[in-house]
Amino acid sequence: MRAYLPQFELITPTALEDALKLLAREPGQWEPFAGGTDLMVLLEAGKLAHQRFLNIWRLKELHGMEETRENVTLGALTTYTEVQKHETLQREFPLLCRAAAVTGSVATQNRGTLGGNIANASPAADSPPALLVYDAELELLSARGARWVRYAQFHKGYKQMDLAPDELIARIRLPRRANVAPGFSPASWGWHEYYSKVGTRSAQAISKVCFAGAAQMANGRIADIRIALGSVAPTVVRCAKTEEFLRAEEKLTPAAVQKAQEILAGEIAPIDDFRSTARYRRRVAQNLLGEFLGSAVR
Amino acid sequence: MSKRKLPTQKGLSRRAFLKTTGAAVSAGVVSGAAAELLNAQSTAKNKVAGPGEVPITLRVNGETHNLNVEPRVTLLDALRDRLDLTGAKKVCDRGTCGTCTVLVDGKAAYACSMLAIDAQGREILTIEGLAPEGELHPISAAFVENDAQQCGFCTPGFVMACKAYLDRNPNPTEAQAKKALGGNLCRCGTYIGVRAAVLDAAARMKGGR
Repeated sequence: MRAYLPQFELITPTALEDALKLLAREPGQWEPFAGGTDLMVLLEAGKLAHQRFLNIWRLKELHGMEETRENVTLGALTTYTEVQKHETLQREFPLLCRAAAVTGSVATQNRGTLGGNIANASPAADSPPALLVYDAELELLSARGARWVRYAQFHKGYKQMDLAPDELIARIRLPRRANVAPGFSPASWGWHEYYSKVGTRSAQAISKVCFAGAAQMANGRIADIRIALGSVAPTVVRCAKTEEFLRAEEKLTPAAVQKAQEILAGEIAPIDDFRSTARYRRRVAQNLLGEFLGSAVR
Repeated sequence: MSKRKLPTQKGLSRRAFLKTTGAAVSAGVVSGAAAELLNAQSTAKNKVAGPGEVPITLRVNGETHNLNVEPRVTLLDALRDRLDLTGAKKVCDRGTCGTCTVLVDGKAAYACSMLAIDAQGREILTIEGLAPEGELHPISAAFVENDAQQCGFCTPGFVMACKAYLDRNPNPTEAQAKKALGGNLCRCGTYIGVRAAVLDAAARMKGGR
């Protein structure tokens, strides 16, 4: 327990322009600080090298959600609680809502943000597998301008991101899976969605394995499938080879499922650490795939 | 961590303290200069607060408080050290145990993980503001009568998390109550009593008590 405040500096701009200007002037010097649910933990534990923080919570451009025919776009400062309550997200992007509901605790969900979860770049984060399944894109903003990157290409290695020192994650864009009619739900187009987080307890736990999957079924066959996992590699991973194999299969026979599980094992690289073992994680990842596929054909 | 700072007091700002401590001086001065530069270039409307003390206004338990804090001060430290509201406890100080739970605009928040400066313009409710002086809120009463505490140190956090939950979900099942309070820890292990208290409190609050 700490008796006093840890030593760090924090400034709070209220205009996006000021924040970007500061990042441009002293790139890499200022660590963006949003809901604080990750950074406060590290700060208080004395595990953070950074001493200077840029509080972006007041930047209203980074809050809010927007819907068009093609996309749902979320401000980077959208909280897990906001995600869970959003009707369009519940209907069209249910995995993201489920991930938000099992992240931390209620109080964490009230403050923690999607953008923060992405920027923290933990391979064990709960919402990124859902973002990967939904082909999310990120808007990165700097004084030099804005650019969009595919989230699947954003994490370059353990805690390595395609994010320049002067850039902020501004928005997260989720492409809608079909032209939207009122009341549209992917389920009515044959989409089956599955999310599972395996941890030590249900609140506050960091995942041992986290699995997000969506499969579009047509006449008992997989028309489209997306699979992403957390906690099984240096970054969250989308399992393209497993997806490709499953898309090509005529029928989901037990042999096909087993083959898919073998391919999956080759696409992940889990490690032993204090939360779990590589062997357990690989086996559980395969079992979750089995459960997902089993529930999709049922 | 080797670096520890003195509790913030009037007359000894953190900057002044840093300037007298050698090693940390250069970092402090450079960033200060950067912030001042930014401030100078900002329009009056677009203010950058910090890193030095800034005046803030907090609405706590229906009262307005004006105070000066550095932007890095947490809501918990502001409540406990500045406003003498020590009901919210400082235990893990890293968003894990829930003893510092307060309501911010009606939602449960860990005061240790929120900056005081970001709590401005919000209605903050601490355990002290839950019921008038000398009275017990139905939730507190339910905790007492259901033996929902042993040492009691975690209790204010549990009560506030319970309040945030019941205000929105007046008819919880035991499983829902368990999930809602998943972010609060009790090392004495009084969870069974706590869950009973939540259900009892829900019944009491519906009765208008």
